[in-house]
Amino acid sequence: MPTTAPAAQGPANGPAHGLADLTASDSTLRRFLHGLPGVDAVGLEARAASLGTRSIKTTAKAYALDLAISMVDLTTLEGADTPGKVRALGAKAVRPDPTDRTAPATAAVCVYPDMVPTAKEAVAGSGVKVASVATAFPAGRASLAVKLADVREAVTAGADEVDMVIDRGAFLAGAYMKVYDEIVAVREACGTSARLKVIFETGELSTYDNIRRASWLGMLAGADFIKTSTGKVAVNATPANTLLMLEAVRDFRAQTGVQVGVKPAGGIRTAKDAIKFLVLVNETAGADWLDNHWFRFGASSLLNDLLMQRQKLATGRYSGPDYVTVD
Amino acid sequence: MSDARLSVLKTYKLYVGGKFPRSESGRVYEVTDSKQNWLANAPLSSRKDARDAVVAARKAFGGWSGATAYNRGQVLYRIAEMLEGRRDQYLAEVADAEGLSKAKAAAQVDAAIDRWVWYAGWTDKIAQVVGGGNPVAGPFFNLSSPEPTGVVAVLAPQKSSFLGLVSVVAPVVATGNTAVVIASERSPLPALSLGEVLATSDLPGGVVNILSGRTAEIAAPLAAHQDVNAIDLAGADEALAKELEIAAADNLKRVLRPQPVDEADWSATPGTERMTAFLETKTVWHPTGALGASGSSY
Repeated sequence: MPTTAPAAQGPANGPAHGLADLTASDSTLRRFLHGLPGVDAVGLEARAASLGTRSIKTTAKAYALDLAISMVDLTTLEGADTPGKVRALGAKAVRPDPTDRTAPATAAVCVYPDMVPTAKEAVAGSGVKVASVATAFPAGRASLAVKLADVREAVTAGADEVDMVIDRGAFLAGAYMKVYDEIVAVREACGTSARLKVIFETGELSTYDNIRRASWLGMLAGADFIKTSTGKVAVNATPANTLLMLEAVRDFRAQTGVQVGVKPAGGIRTAKDAIKFLVLVNETAGADWLDNHWFRFGASSLLNDLLMQRQKLATGRYSGPDYVTVD
Repeated sequence: MSDARLSVLKTYKLYVGGKFPRSESGRVYEVTDSKQNWLANAPLSSRKDARDAVVAARKAFGGWSGATAYNRGQVLYRIAEMLEGRRDQYLAEVADAEGLSKAKAAAQVDAAIDRWVWYAGWTDKIAQVVGGGNPVAGPFFNLSSPEPTGVVAVLAPQKSSFLGLVSVVAPVVATGNTAVVIASERSPLPALSLGEVLATSDLPGGVVNILSGRTAEIAAPLAAHQDVNAIDLAGADEALAKELEIAAADNLKRVLRPQPVDEADWSATPGTERMTAFLETKTVWHPTGALGASGSSY
């Protein structure tokens, strides 16, 4: 597995960004986060909407569809997940369209920690990664010891990526240092083998300013990816909040040289939506992020729509749900 | 008061998924009466409108095909009631579209409304006619029942703008299919107005979707569409019908060829064939055991 810059630096030496003085104490962290420029909500939404009107056709569309497929974290996070379902999902991740061998594999499968061994087995030898949610997903309401045990179990079972949720209650109460320490501890528990995605649950943060603060907080604490949401609340990834996070990773790299990935998750169901997000990535963070190492879609039904659009491009005929696997 | 009043012109729109969108392409075309006088602008649908309509029809299929036949009958009858209430509007539209006298147009509209009622009555009877228990040589209870085919693309007849339309749409939805209807190219206004009736008569959105525009342009992607299960070519001429039939063969769609090319006599009472054309027969073999042979009491 290719190690990323932040992962390679390792948590033991502290975060690699060189902004350690910001996180030296509660008050410096608070001063920094509250000193971030306020978000122009109307401007942000207008910008996200206007980027969504780009017309992506023919060869550009074919490129975008394949890129989007390769960025999907194929996800199943249900109480009713069975080993059989996870195996089926793994098979689909490795070969999304069994009738067309040119279709790329997805980036990863995303499961609960106890399903990691099954998922690992299902994607063995394919290059598809196994991501595991952890830290008492989706609510994150558990003690740090329990959260860390959750992470260790996933990592020991072989998870290549860990998706943690932040403590939104602490964040909204202003206990930024607590959230920071928790992310750092989880980062440490991931070791050097697993990349860490930090989920903010943007739908519960209530303001764009909070999303910007959370993004910086996550990146300062050593996140390899910042992720919008769990997919378990009413408001999930929107173009506007993803745009805001893309601006944050762009600015963070400009300031520190450390590149952080972005993962919108939940509510992205159509190929059209996915392509809009790719336009946001290219126009905001830049082409460096147009790779599944730096940008992911947390989704399940999206993949089928991408495949149907791909079939349409290949054959000229509209495809239908009878021609993709239903899961 | 001056007696000059500005006319309030009606914007005709498509009917897709229970909503009234304009064409995705933003195009319209001029609709004229039989003497080439301008009547209105109708949306000129594109293949993407057809695609959206299929998605809407597929989404509606589960609920509509799963509704009880009795319930479907009630809904169809309700449509007839609503049509009756708008009789004058259809009368004017049909008279304009087909160049008919008032009396003749009235006869067409009345026949169309009566046809809805006729098909409404068939919803819970068709299963008795084409299904039932089969005598088989074995210890089985053998039962056949007709089930709707799925999403049906319907090319409405070109000349009979209302009676013809009703005669092809009603049988498709009566049996539980959902429909994507391409209105008559030259006279789409009665069809577009039908959408307004359907929207207010308990018919779930997406069960009937109505598109107007160039029949050949919209029909080609529908015939090739992998998620359309059947196509009714009532409104296609010989050449178009052949082309569409070839495209439809790819996913083995059921195809209903135009019987006597286009102008069938729509006023005659139809048989059940327009309903049975879009039904699949499901047969269940239920083992009964050799009853009585073992002396068992059950």
